[in-house]
Amino acid sequence: MKKLNTIDSSIIPLPIEDVDTDQIIPARFLKATTKAGFGENLFRDWRYHSDGSPKQDFVLNNPLYGGEILVAGKNFGCGSSREHAAWALQDFGIRIVVSSFFADIFKGNALNNGILPITVPDSFLHEIFEAIENDPKTELHISLEDQIVEIKSTGASQNFEIDPYKKMCLLNGYDDIDYLLSLSDKINTFETERTNLKTE
Amino acid sequence: MMGKTLFDKIWEAHVVDQLESGLQVLYIDQHLVHEVTSPQAFQGLRDRNISVARPERTVATADHNVPTKDQHLPIREELSRLQVKKLTENCEEFGVTLYGLGHPYQGIVHVIGPELGITQPGMTMVCGDSHTSTHGAFGTIAFGIGTSQVEQVLATQCLLLSKPKRMRIKVEGTLQKGVLAKDIILHIISQLTAAGGTGYFIEYAGEVIRSLSMEGRMTVCNMSIEMGARGGMIAPDETTFDYVRGREQAPQGEAWDQAVSHWRTLYSDADAVFDKELIFNAADIEPMVTYGTNPGMGMGISNQIPQPVKNVSDSFDKALRYMGLQPGEKLLDHPISHVFIGSCTNSRIEDLRLVASYVAGKRISPNVSAMVVPGSQQVRKQAVQEGLDRILSEAGFDFREAGCSACLGMNEDKIPAGKYCVSTSNRNYEGRQGPGARTILASPLMAAASAIEGKIVDVRELI
Repeated sequence: MKKLNTIDSSIIPLPIEDVDTDQIIPARFLKATTKAGFGENLFRDWRYHSDGSPKQDFVLNNPLYGGEILVAGKNFGCGSSREHAAWALQDFGIRIVVSSFFADIFKGNALNNGILPITVPDSFLHEIFEAIENDPKTELHISLEDQIVEIKSTGASQNFEIDPYKKMCLLNGYDDIDYLLSLSDKINTFETERTNLKTE
Repeated sequence: MMGKTLFDKIWEAHVVDQLESGLQVLYIDQHLVHEVTSPQAFQGLRDRNISVARPERTVATADHNVPTKDQHLPIREELSRLQVKKLTENCEEFGVTLYGLGHPYQGIVHVIGPELGITQPGMTMVCGDSHTSTHGAFGTIAFGIGTSQVEQVLATQCLLLSKPKRMRIKVEGTLQKGVLAKDIILHIISQLTAAGGTGYFIEYAGEVIRSLSMEGRMTVCNMSIEMGARGGMIAPDETTFDYVRGREQAPQGEAWDQAVSHWRTLYSDADAVFDKELIFNAADIEPMVTYGTNPGMGMGISNQIPQPVKNVSDSFDKALRYMGLQPGEKLLDHPISHVFIGSCTNSRIEDLRLVASYVAGKRISPNVSAMVVPGSQQVRKQAVQEGLDRILSEAGFDFREAGCSACLGMNEDKIPAGKYCVSTSNRNYEGRQGPGARTILASPLMAAASAIEGKIVDVRELI
């Protein structure tokens, strides 16, 4: 997993609520058996017409906007558990998603792929959208170490929460699986004790 | 000592370790695997040069990507064929039991688990599929996971998790005639919204939930994720034990008696405290339909599509534009052209019996194309034995083979762009049933009646 600490980047604004993972990557693109290449179909049906031509009014096709940070309306990533949604965002170059509310499974999938989901209050989310409206090149400064997100053009800043273990993983590029594998003795003991309990 | 919830009792019995930050290592009793969310996980094991830790605790099937016609022939679509083949190879290489295409036990992962007796009360269960919450109907902690977590479970039989909060939803009173389990859960979601359950694990309780069959309970628990909840569960009782008894992988003989005496301890104590409690009155629940592009955008059939709320009007307008509908409009009598009866929400034998009993001797509207997709080979076999296939075919329904089918349109079963489909599935997202398709979620009875009439009906007036 790629390490992540500070990021200074312009923003891709997506002020839509309840963005589900079927929109992030539609089911018909889930037939691959590797993690690569999903970025080209990120937001496929919002981004392209059925003939493959770009929809000019969609933000990913608007040359004004770009960067490593996606800022989206609340309840981002709801629905299907498909981790392909996180792979598609990552493959497209997104390192951070900011919203006022994330769906559980997506949040976990993002963290497991080195993407940082940042939850901010509704009011701060609104401030970011306003700043982008005033200047599409608005940048955010994000520091994972300090758990802070700052709108550079206005100076407004906001702290965010993250589980200390997950923070350590992102800062160092560690996977949960490394940690779980290191517990094999404890897992074996748990199984043995449970079997004994059942046969007593 | 303070009483415990059903959820706490099962969770605590599975905690292997705890981190300082509060994250817990949870042991997983049963892992279910399908072709779409597992190939990258098996590849991860290969990359690390490790094996599946407890292959006997994992069962696989092919469901999302399989055709529902001519399953005996090779899959025509190349990428689908390769993905299903990959699952077969992975299961062989890592020693995982596979009920693949052509196997008499093949079917939707959340249909075959219960019907084979794999799903049992008190278990922890996971699958790389958000509708894993279905198994909660048996009093299990069951939830969907991403592919990284599939890899973690394959490698260690454990997951690193933060413990969700607990919510209890009681449904009391008496249901109106024609109102089914599907309507109960669509009603609850419409009240809580698509995000209202996030962070919670829900226990469904109350006399109405108790009175449901196992099939009905599975329908309710299945859609817990549609309000963002990690899972939903129902305390096991005689209905549960009667369903599990005698199934292929259920405990037998003395082991059965021991299991049942343990399962009888699985309920929320009278003084157990929930982080949130809600009570619904069954009499308030009408046959439900959705009008928007998430399952929270639903309403009773006699209602009108609401006016947009100021703060969310962009998203609301976008949804209605996609659906070709207006605020203030009713869905009653709205013409439709497609009906899909199937999915892990409503494809069990009880659903098929209900649909067949309603459509027997009737004929679907000439403007409607209607499909019934059984949840598993065993459901299909049972339906054929009972003659349901003949009744459905005579009524004009296309009776298919088992799979996820038009619930998510990964195979060729898609709804054309712009068409309205009354669907017994679980998601009405944009493009879910095919690019541009317009999904209206409803119960199997509402779907069957709408197929006959060629428009959305109030089934209460027809039975």
